[in-house]
Amino acid sequence: MKRAWVWVALIALSVIYLAPILWMLVTAFKTEEESAASPPTLLPSQWSTEALDTIFSSSAQTPVPRWFVNSLVAALGTGLVVVLTAAPAAYALARMEFPGKRLVFGLIVATLFVPPIIFLAPNYEIVEALGWLDSLPAVIFPVSAGAFGVFFLRQFFVGLPKELEEAALLDGANRLQVFLRIVVPLSRPALATLFLLSVLTNWNDFLWPLYVLFNPENLTLGPGLGLLQGANQTNYALLMAGGLVASVPVLILFAVAQRYIIEGVSRSGLKG
Amino acid sequence: MKRATPWLFLAPYLLLFSAFVAAPVLYGLWMSLHNWDQFLPEKPFIGLENYANLFTPGSAKAGPFWDAMLATGIFTLFSVPLLVVLPLGVALLLNRRFKGRAVFRAIYFAPYVLGVVVVSMVFRFVLDPNIGALNHLLGTTTPWTTALPWAWVSLIGMTVWWTLGFNAVIYLAGLQDIDRSLYDAAAVDGAGRWQQFWNVTLPSLRPVTVFVVTVTILASANLFGQSYLMTQGAPEERTRSAIMFIAEEGFQDFNLGSAAAMSYVLAMFLMALSAGVFFFFRKRGAA
Repeated sequence: MKRAWVWVALIALSVIYLAPILWMLVTAFKTEEESAASPPTLLPSQWSTEALDTIFSSSAQTPVPRWFVNSLVAALGTGLVVVLTAAPAAYALARMEFPGKRLVFGLIVATLFVPPIIFLAPNYEIVEALGWLDSLPAVIFPVSAGAFGVFFLRQFFVGLPKELEEAALLDGANRLQVFLRIVVPLSRPALATLFLLSVLTNWNDFLWPLYVLFNPENLTLGPGLGLLQGANQTNYALLMAGGLVASVPVLILFAVAQRYIIEGVSRSGLKG
Repeated sequence: MKRATPWLFLAPYLLLFSAFVAAPVLYGLWMSLHNWDQFLPEKPFIGLENYANLFTPGSAKAGPFWDAMLATGIFTLFSVPLLVVLPLGVALLLNRRFKGRAVFRAIYFAPYVLGVVVVSMVFRFVLDPNIGALNHLLGTTTPWTTALPWAWVSLIGMTVWWTLGFNAVIYLAGLQDIDRSLYDAAAVDGAGRWQQFWNVTLPSLRPVTVFVVTVTILASANLFGQSYLMTQGAPEERTRSAIMFIAEEGFQDFNLGSAAAMSYVLAMFLMALSAGVFFFFRKRGAA
């Protein structure tokens, strides 16, 4: 690349993008006093684990380790439920002919365009009726019902070559065998992408868990960190340590599985 | 194939879909027609009263509701154009052959995986008027989160920072999908880079742009976490978004029926807006 301005732009943008994240990182290792210093110090004058120690020594009001575990269970649970329910449904819609198919698919796709705020009040009542308020099923199952997974996987299945499946059916395999032994192995990248996107979305969810989880013990990191911020308005070292704890898993996940995540997002645009 | 087979494949998903997507759409409408106070043993049917309250000037609900709708509108009006244009620029930067391209793409996308809570906390710190890094760097004492117009600048700025990479990645996929021969043909016809951009790149990106515009409008209209956590609605609830107000109505004032009615009014606005975007681009496409 010849032109210098492109590099200038790329690097300037990178600074804007990395600086806030690095600022959170270094502040998490300052003492409360130093984090509030004016003018601020660039690096901690002495790397301190005071804030992280407070975060991990779980207090009854803000048990961050509990939130971390709850978030992990909720996010992985959501990823699993989405993939396990969306994959067979998408396969039926992609490959089988049956009366009512167009209606079912049309209904599912139509809900992609329903603004999510519509679901807030009624789903609260439904979750309450199921006895799930203030427990993890409340933040796993309703969010797993979204239409994106079925839509995403159906597009993928439609694009797979049919020949292998047809040959297996001729040899007497049934649909379930074809699905499990041929389609699923061929679709690993798409299934992984959907799993990762679902985990990420759930890990970062805020509005819904904020109102269906109450007891500090039962919160996930989203509403939990909100509570932590409410209780420590200006202890920025502590807040940044909390933010760091919530960020490390998703940043690692992103670093490892970047290709799947970015490709999943970019494909959603092409098919949309 | 047995007749039941497709339905057995569909059953687990359809169970979830019926309970948490299809049923709530209708149930919410039903709730909006009642005085649905969580703590009332009876939830009397009141017809369209929840809606009428929103459209009666001077009623207790109408004022704050439309203020909150206006706040969401202001946010959407300014953030959508930025989030449609800037990511295209970044995508064009990244759509060149050079070493380290994947690294830059990952850096710009990274904030998106952090989620609204972490991003809002970091920005509240960076933008703190007294000890924040930004005022220190600029040598100012701007009240970034507590006064207008600064609170809007902050909310919009942090949202652009947070989600720019998401839109850029979608544009980038669109750019890589453009048939190279179109550029060659344009070059043969003597088109310069700028003309190629106008006559090949932009028209080819139309479907992707429709998608980006629609998704960004819907996402912006969902404004909640940023103002809940960073400005906390300040100053004087001027940055309290529609969704923040609906959540307060439902879960602090325990009026789920009225909250459901407000959700439907907001949803109608959004669906009309999306339809408008769709037809605007379709008409331009046909011309």
